[in-house]
Amino acid sequence: MFTLEPLLETFQTGSGFWSPIIWIVAIIVAFLVAVILRGFGKKEYKEKTGQTQAFLSGNPEYEKEQMHIKGSNLYWGFTESLEWVFDALKKMHTGNVSDYALWFVIVVAILFIVLITGENLMGAI
Amino acid sequence: MNVADLIDLLLQHSPALIVAVPLLGAFITPLISRLNDKVRNVFVILTLGLTASLVFLLASDVFTGNIHTYIFGSQDLALPVVRILFEVDAMSAFMAIISVILSLVAVIYSWSFMKENTGLDKYYTLILLMTAGMLGMELTGDLFNFFVFLEITSISSAALVAFWTNKAKSVEAGFKYIVISTIGALFILFSIALFYGQYNALNMAMIASAMQYTFLDKIALVLLIAALAMKAGVVPMHMWLPDAYSKAPSSVTLILVGATQASLYGVFRVCFTIYGGAINLSSISIGWILVILGIITMLLGVAMAIIQTDFKRLIAFSAVAEIGYMLLGIGTGLVVMLNPEMTATGLAAMKGGIFHIMNDALDVGLLFLVAGAIYYATKETSLNKLGGLARNMKYTTVFFIIGLLAVSGMPPMNGFASKLLIYESTYQLNPILSIIAILSSIMLLAVFVKVFHSAFLGPALPKFENVKEVPKSMLIAMGTIATIIIIFGLFPEIIVNSIVEPAANALINYGDYVREVIPSFTGGV
Repeated sequence: MFTLEPLLETFQTGSGFWSPIIWIVAIIVAFLVAVILRGFGKKEYKEKTGQTQAFLSGNPEYEKEQMHIKGSNLYWGFTESLEWVFDALKKMHTGNVSDYALWFVIVVAILFIVLITGENLMGAI
Repeated sequence: MNVADLIDLLLQHSPALIVAVPLLGAFITPLISRLNDKVRNVFVILTLGLTASLVFLLASDVFTGNIHTYIFGSQDLALPVVRILFEVDAMSAFMAIISVILSLVAVIYSWSFMKENTGLDKYYTLILLMTAGMLGMELTGDLFNFFVFLEITSISSAALVAFWTNKAKSVEAGFKYIVISTIGALFILFSIALFYGQYNALNMAMIASAMQYTFLDKIALVLLIAALAMKAGVVPMHMWLPDAYSKAPSSVTLILVGATQASLYGVFRVCFTIYGGAINLSSISIGWILVILGIITMLLGVAMAIIQTDFKRLIAFSAVAEIGYMLLGIGTGLVVMLNPEMTATGLAAMKGGIFHIMNDALDVGLLFLVAGAIYYATKETSLNKLGGLARNMKYTTVFFIIGLLAVSGMPPMNGFASKLLIYESTYQLNPILSIIAILSSIMLLAVFVKVFHSAFLGPALPKFENVKEVPKSMLIAMGTIATIIIIFGLFPEIIVNSIVEPAANALINYGDYVREVIPSFTGGV
């Protein structure tokens, strides 16, 4: 027979626990509080009036396509300050299949050194 | 024959049927294509539906602790004849469930997504072949047979990556994929030859029982890990993956996610089963190798994702980062396995890593389907050209938000549950590992917030004024995965207890896998 009990079980992680149901209840309560608080706000807002138009410090509004912040503009500061990291990563991705195979050879070589030579060294010690 | 007998018979032969049904379907599809396109589409969906039913039937039995073996050839193991043995434990069944769900959803999605294309008889044939290959890799207990199914998967995948032959970059991506796959497969074949030369065996259980961890075995281990890790997209051998994932049709990318995970399954099968007894003999932990590869994969994947401007390429790099989490979880399990004081930590790490395999397939898969839906509606994948699509594609936007939250490990989605297990267990091994994993998740969230803002938010762009929501079959496919994500997120305890924990135990207790073939085997507890 179907019972609700298994669905309400807390997820045991070994050293902690997690209950999605309690989390959802908490989010719903927070949402209700937000809605109630919003209800105390002013009600004079009118749609389709000058109130809804963008105000850009008196500057004219650009075309819609120009107003949109595009993918490559986002996180500009982050990528600019770590340019040296991203440049190195981009250089690594040459798009050349021979280089892809070379990386495989490099990994095989490193694993050989670590697993075979390393073990012999550990044995000698 | 009553229904119970029929089910028993199906269960008995299910390991063979799971591969045979899509394989047979693949060869029949071109013939049915001559009748009618709709009939063909229905036939392919039914074929994969039947395969999925068989996988679930087998899994329901395997998850109770049974291991199924199926012998092709002589049943008498003493006879020196060629035989192939399929061996299905909970880990195999777990992977088969992922593969078959992805394939079934992909063909439902393809109904509308690919309808304008020609050559669909070949497309569906290749999808069924690829599915048969993946399932074969996951169910077989024979190493040479694993290689054969790996080749079937690789060849059909490469053809599907290059399916849009009118696009030069798709053909180039397909070429790169087949070159990399062939290199990987050759090294796997060489490793198999090393085993055969030493132990006169190709069966995984037999090799595991005879494993001496000789110098040649170490060479084979290095080659197997490197080759399968390359096929799984582990950094720094991942570079083929963004090319292939981004240039293939989105429906194909969804199945490619399953194919890379089948290779990852190969890494785990090699480390835990074939070399299960050798872990004690090795002074350098194989687990640490997986952990370090996982950390590098995670960091580099997410760093590359953040600078991408192509929607699909960005998701592909995120998929690379997600592979890092699986390696980190399973690697941690392997590291602490030998420490009796950390058994619970090891099991938690293993559960996290394995649960994340399924979560990644669903989350990244859903995001690829959303990317495909956007391409279908706008013919555009550049984040510099997209914008304001939430106004026209409401359902797709909701599916994207679900995928975004899930892949970034935000509560209450499924990704959070598996990542929580990984964070907690890796913290006990080394807190720095856990910090890096959390940092990568935060960066993943940033990556997809960027996508959400640039593609879905912003003012309505005049060029997308006439964009409409995608057809129903694509919405059903995305909705199915989104529903599974939510269910897995809300009830993780049930999923972990019923399918993840048996899979983790199957990997850890490799002795049971070996004893199914060699009853006299005493190791592996």
